[in-house]
Parts: sequence; C-alpha cells; structure tokens
Amino acid sequence: MIEPKEVFDISLTVNGERLTRRVQVRTNLADFLRHDLELTGTHVGCEHGVCGACTVTLNGKIVRSCLMFAVQADNCEVQTIEGLSRSGVIKDLQDAFVQHNGVQCGFCTPGMLAAAHALLQQGPLPSRERIRDFLSGNYCRCTGYQAIVDSVQAAANQRARSSMP
Amino acid sequence: MSARETLAARQISRDDSLVGRSIVRPNIRRHTEGGGHFVDDIKLPRMVHVAFLRSPHAHARIVSIDSNAAARMPGVIHVATGKDIAAISKPYVGVLRHMEGLRSPPQYPMAVDVARWQGEPVVAVVAESRAQAEDAIQRVDVGWEVLPAAVNMEKALDPSEPVIHESYGSNLCYRQIVDTGGVDEAFAQAHLVVEDTVNIGRQTGVPLEPRGLIAAYNAADRELTVYHSYQSAHLMQGTLATCFSMEERQIRVIVPDVGGGFGIKIHTYGDEVAACALAIILNRPVKFIADRFESFQSDIHARDHRVRGKLALDREGNILALEIDDLTGIGPYSMHPRSSSIELLEVVLFTGGNYKHKLYRARGTVVFQNKNCMCQYRGVGHPVAFAAMEHLVDQAALKLGIDPAEMRRRNLISDDAYPYTSPSKTRFEILSHQKCLTQLLKLMEYDDLRKEQAKLRKRGIHYGIGLASFFELTNPSPLIYGMGGARIGTVESCTIRLDAGGQIVVHTAICELGQGAETIVAQIAADAVGVELSSVKVISGVDTLSGPTGSGAWASRQTGTVGEAVLQAGLTLRKNILDVAAVVLQTSEEKLDIINGSVVMKDGKRGGNVSLLELARIAYYRGNELPSTCEPLFMATHQFRIKDYDFVFSNGAAGCLLEVDPETGFIDLLKIWCVDDCGRAINPKLVDEQIRGGMAQGIGPALLEHCIYDDQGQLLTCTMADYLLPMSLDVPDIEVHHVQTLTKTSALGAKGIGEAGASAPPGAIMNAVNDALRPFNAKVTRQPITPEVVLEALGKISQVSSVSRQA
Repeated sequence: MIEPKEVFDISLTVNGERLTRRVQVRTNLADFLRHDLELTGTHVGCEHGVCGACTVTLNGKIVRSCLMFAVQADNCEVQTIEGLSRSGVIKDLQDAFVQHNGVQCGFCTPGMLAAAHALLQQGPLPSRERIRDFLSGNYCRCTGYQAIVDSVQAAANQRARSSMP
Repeated sequence: MSARETLAARQISRDDSLVGRSIVRPNIRRHTEGGGHFVDDIKLPRMVHVAFLRSPHAHARIVSIDSNAAARMPGVIHVATGKDIAAISKPYVGVLRHMEGLRSPPQYPMAVDVARWQGEPVVAVVAESRAQAEDAIQRVDVGWEVLPAAVNMEKALDPSEPVIHESYGSNLCYRQIVDTGGVDEAFAQAHLVVEDTVNIGRQTGVPLEPRGLIAAYNAADRELTVYHSYQSAHLMQGTLATCFSMEERQIRVIVPDVGGGFGIKIHTYGDEVAACALAIILNRPVKFIADRFESFQSDIHARDHRVRGKLALDREGNILALEIDDLTGIGPYSMHPRSSSIELLEVVLFTGGNYKHKLYRARGTVVFQNKNCMCQYRGVGHPVAFAAMEHLVDQAALKLGIDPAEMRRRNLISDDAYPYTSPSKTRFEILSHQKCLTQLLKLMEYDDLRKEQAKLRKRGIHYGIGLASFFELTNPSPLIYGMGGARIGTVESCTIRLDAGGQIVVHTAICELGQGAETIVAQIAADAVGVELSSVKVISGVDTLSGPTGSGAWASRQTGTVGEAVLQAGLTLRKNILDVAAVVLQTSEEKLDIINGSVVMKDGKRGGNVSLLELARIAYYRGNELPSTCEPLFMATHQFRIKDYDFVFSNGAAGCLLEVDPETGFIDLLKIWCVDDCGRAINPKLVDEQIRGGMAQGIGPALLEHCIYDDQGQLLTCTMADYLLPMSLDVPDIEVHHVQTLTKTSALGAKGIGEAGASAPPGAIMNAVNDALRPFNAKVTRQPITPEVVLEALGKISQVSSVSRQA
C-alpha cells in the first residue's frame, strides 16, 4: 500500500503558466486542478472516467483529468476551460453554446466545450452523426444533447464560412 | 375581464413584448468560461470534510462500532455514529397527514441499531481532507448481525418475508383505492377485454453534479449557514430547523449554482443532515460532496412499479372501463418530507385520465423493502401511468384492427369537454388532447410513415411507430403537501423595484437549475413594467436571508406561479412609476405608457417623454422637485397561489419512430416528435429544451437505465458504466411543436413544462417496439427494454437473467 503521505514535486504548464507544486502521488489531476490550483471550471461528475465533465487538454489532446494522477502531468502542458477561454480559441464555440442554449445547468459545459474544441480541430464540417459520436463520452443530463449538437454544428459552419476565400 | 387583467394581457402580448419570444439566456456565458459557482467550488476557512461508512448489508443489526483505529488516522478530526448524530438531531417522518393509512417510522439521519438498506450511512468520519476521511473509514470496525432482507416487492407482504418495522406487523406502507362502481358489469358486458401487466424498472435521476453541501456553524449566535446544491432553499431551512430544534431565522440556506436536480435534490437525506449536525458539533465548516458510487446508493430512486391493467371495450373500440392494480416498493422508509406514496397516488389517480371512459377502479399498494428509498423524481408516476395505459390502448387497437391513431382519436377526451372531472375525481381545467394528437400526426406525416413502414417490412427492416398521449400535473395548490403537514409552500412572491440607477431589480425565490427560470422572470418583469431585458436584474431564490419565501423547483410550477407574482408586482410598479411621471409631466396617468424604459404619451404627442432613469434620479436624489403630495413608491410586491383548482395540468402527444433488429434485439431510436400544450409559452425555445431534456430522461429508463439489485439487496449498478444513461448517440433529434391553451388560473396563463417531457417516452417507445414486433407476434411489457428483453419476447432466449428481471 502506498503511504498517503508520499509526495512528489511536479513542474507543469497550466494555461500557459509554468508551475511547480508538491502533490500527493494519489491526487488525481482533476482534484489537483480544482483544489490545489483553484481552477474550478473543471468539474467532477463521476470520478471514474465515464461522464466527461472533467475533460481537459493535456499536451494538445483531451483527457479525463479524473483518470490521471497529477504526477502524470509532470512536464506536461495542461489547458483547462479557464485557459481555453482566456486564449480566445473557443470563443465561437462559446458564443454558439450561448446562442443555441447548449448550456442548461452548466456542469457538463466546460468538458463538453473541450471535447467540441478537439473535434473541430480534427477537420471542418463534421456531420451531426459525427458530432454525436465524438461527444458520446461527455454526458449531459439536462439538454437531451440536441442543443449541444446544434451549437457545435453552428460553430463549425461559422468556421467554414470564415475560412472561405 | 377586469382593467387589471386587460392590462396584463396587453403588456405580455404587444408586438414588442418579450413574453412569447425565444430570448437567449443572458446569464449563461460564465458557464462556458468555467465561471459557474457550484458548492464544491466553495472553500471556507477551517473547512473540514466528511465521508460516510455506509451499510454493506441490505438489512443488518449494528452490534458494535470500534472507531479507535480510525480516530488515530492522519488528518482525522472526529468520528460520529448514528447515535451521536441522533443526540442532536430529531428524527423525521415521511408521512402526510391527509393520506389516510400512510405510515412510516421516524427516520434518523444515520442508522441507529439497525441498517435497513445497503448504502444507509452508519459512521461519519470528519478529516482535513476527503481522502483522509475515506482512508479512516477503512479502519472503522463495525460488528454486524446480518438480518434476512425483504427485497422483492412482489413478495414483501408475504407472511414468510421479514418485517422491516416490527411494530407494523407487515411491510405495508400505504394503500389507495379508487372505485366508481359499475366496473365489473362493464367488463362482463364488454365486446373485448384487454389485460396485461407492465413493469417499469427502478431508476434514478443522476444529476451530473452530485448532491453536496457545506454547513458552517456560528456557535456564538447559534446560527447555521448551509451552502446547498438543492432545489428549494426554504424547504431545507425548515427541515433543519425541525431537526435541530432551532428557529428558522437561525438557519440560512444559500443555493449556489446547481448542476442538475430533476427532483433528486429536494428530499431530506440523512448524510446531509448529519453533515450539518457535525458542523454544529465541531463548530467549524463541514463539506459533504457525495461521490458517484454513494449517489447511486443514496440519491432517491424512482418508479419500480408493476401495473396490472384491464380495459373493457365495445365493438367500435370505445373504452368502457379501466381497472388497474399498481404495486411499488419504496425502500425501508417513506421519504421526508414529500412521502414516497405520491408516485403511486399519481398512477392511481391519473392512469386513463386523458380518456373518455367513466368507469374506473384502481388499487395501489406501497410496500417497504430493504432497498434504497424511493421518492419523487421528474415525472412522478406519470411515465408509469402513461406507459401502462398507452400500452393497453395499443393492445386493444391491435385486437380490434383499428389504427392506434384512430383509437386515440375516438377515445381521448374532446377539447370542448373541459373543465372535466375524471373518474378518479381529478379536476382538469382546460386541456387539448385532440388538438395535440391532430398536430402530432401531421408533424409526423403519420400516414406516409405507415406506408414507409409497410414497404420496409417487406425488406426485413422492422420499423416501429409508437404514440402516447399524456398530461402533467403542474402548479399545485396546498392540497398536495401543505395540508398534509409538510412545510412545502405553494405561495410565490415577488418584490420588484426601480432602483436609483434606473434598473428594474426583481426578487423572487425562483430556483434556477438550468431551465432558464431567471430568464423567464426577466422577460415577464420587462414586459410588465415596459423596459428592455438589459434593464432587468433578477435575484433568484439563492438565499433564505435575502429573498422572499418560496418553494423552489418541483411539479413544473415555477413559471406559472413565480411568473404570475412577477407579472402582478411588475404591473403595480408600472402604475407607481406612472403616478410619479404624471406629476413630473403634469398630465394624468391614464395618458401615459412605458415603452423601452421611457414614459411616453399614449397618443404619441411629443414633449411628454421622461426616462425611468430620470424619474429614479428625481425620486431618489432630487425629491425637492416633487410636490409634497407626491410620494414615490418605486417598489411593489405581490404574492400568488393557485386557488381555483387543486392543480393546473399541461398536456401533449408524442410519437416515436425506431427500428428493432430481431437478430440482436437492438433498438435504434430514429426520431421523436412532441406537440405540447403548456399554456402560454413564455420562451418557446426554453420550452422546447425542457421537453427535449425531459424526453431524454424518459428515453433512458425506457431503454437503458436500471437500478439492479440482487436477491440479497445488493445494488449492482453503482457506477455510470453499470447504470447506463443516454449518451449523445442514444437521443435522436426531437421535433417539438406547441399548442397554447391558456389557463385562467392566472393572468399569465402559463401551465408549466419542466416534467412533461419525461412522461411520454416510456409509453411511446414501448408501443413502437411492440409495433415493430407485430409481425413476430411478440410483445414487450418490461422496462427498460434491453436487447435481452426483446430477444426474450421473440423467443430467441429462454429467459431474461434473474438479475435484470428483479423488479
């Protein structure tokens, strides 16, 4: 059994900011972000990797921060919803979620946006089926998903229009 | 119509009115930026964390508790047993006085002597971190004497079964009977009798944010402050006051952002009361956040009904009589404060309530069992009632060779028959079943769909089309809880004011769970006064200290009741503003109107304009400019309750299209349509979204969601990988249309929408599956309709595994 007191020093970049922290080795990345760094936009809905509310970007790829230990993020680059927002890269997605009511209670929203952002980086104009498929690891209990799919599709259409010559 | 009613109608139905428009919710951007403020995001100085050791047994006597080792674990501050908590918290009883025969013993926050369901809290450990508290729980040694468990509701009343509460002599909790008389004669004379049994499985609500609170105690002033993820701040205030023998003024409940409620976060949970008790004992803030595992074991479950139904029909397919026998098992206690009998009561009162027959007999039985407690969750009984009835209607149509749509056309109550009293003596003010059905069939292109289905059938593709008519209890009067002794209000209040900055500030107790409640309030307030949306600031029911008393989010009631209070208070404020404007403009109030935040002459003449900001500046800062007879009152209050009916009801009709693969039993839900009549739709987009979200919570239990217990009372579905929720691929696009038949119980005319969506899918989906299975002469009657259930119906597997069959 690992003694709970065992700690480890990690250095990582979170939302562009270089940090060094001493963490318990058993602390998962979600708890580290939420409690140690007070980045509470990352939500915890199940703590076993199903609901997707804790989705963040690690070295450019989306991960479930509840399924990773903070120590595994040593020397990594993490983007949480706070960082994605501040950088402006998902502003169109955020606008679309507001416009199409892709948000109800807001608990799934940060993870949903991180996932949607990853999808739109994969290529332009995903079909509704593709959006539903890609977001199937992010649960929403309020909307029934349609408004979220509408939001992502609207943002994708907007990007396609603005990239046209 | 009184002058006031005329004015109300005018203000919300002008060309530029915001009511009736799909306004984008102005306050949700923060959620997209991670700026939500949920209870687990809050940290208080000296805050500690509690975790619970929960009973590993469905029924067991606590022989001993040794917590010495746990108390010595790192970070541990306190260990408390059920007895320790009971020493400062009174037990509660989930009984309503007006429901004759309903019984349930006093329930303590944590098990004392005997644990009665797997998951009941037994020992609380408080530590510096949640992880340390969980570590210490592993070191608590509880000596158990395992007792036989009453698990299966079908057997709960057998003399051979263990009795959970000895003094009761049996596991009966409540029985309800309705009988119009004449039912037996109708069945004897009927051309056709259709009989079947429908089983609706146990499910739970799974708000994505688990239950949680932070309790902080100020011993010097004897004041308890609770930050609570909850659907009604005032309800919790009353509950805690009772538990701790405190005055309500000593308890302040603050509800931050709530990550979904759905009826899960409106009951009294022992772990939450215990966390508050610990804050009092320790005199420091205690945080409790349920993890998902314990949420499945302790969040209320719902449904789990077995309905035997019987329909008598004449040759033309007219329903002559209906009989049902409903059985439900609710766990070891009736839940406080709403009681666990309401779901069954609603099945008994509402089954068949949309159809014309006059003869009805119903028997409902609620039994105790050693499983987690059940109580009211989105839809409350309605999904069960409509699954059973719509199934019977379809079975009758099949036997008579009548199309299911035609069958409903013949039997649904005519729209001009309202007000209508059903055989269960339920009074309906005004519903539109026929109109909704007609619009639904048009929306679905029903006849073409049938042709398409026939074509595909020839190619071995099995589409099913299912219909369900439904209605939904909304805007309750005190009849439902208050008169039974529960501190659950049905009055809503609004205080609205024009502040010195020219802003309209609206105080209500409305509870925003993501429905858009605050937006609805803003739209109504803006129209009532005559200002733009951006001039309205809504303060919702987040704090018992600062807001008016209200009852929160349940029974699809907030728009209809809070909304009316807002409308009326807003009209009064408008009048008060015009009184002052008339003095300033040296004219009479009748000649003035307020448009977009400015007082203008009704006849359009110039020179008569003054902005609300300028009026506010005069009133608040330059009163010297007003004659001494003019006393501005830029504040108005209104309280509202439903008076003329016990409940208002909304209604609708839904249809679904799906494909069944007879080889695998897989069901592919292709499309859902819904025509809903919620009265006046304040914000049609938000109405659509309530329907869609509600329907997803009806699709889940119809096809996927199931709380499965083994025969020892062990819950087998404690993770989201075992309890299957609809994912984005499981919910098809849902097309929603509206009929708007206004209720006259309020000037606003809004009936309510929150729960309606959940009611239709179990019936519509089951009918569609059976429609698809028709060529195979097979049918399903058990939900969730898993592939296993379909294959069993097709005779491809001999029997559904005993585990998933467990009711």
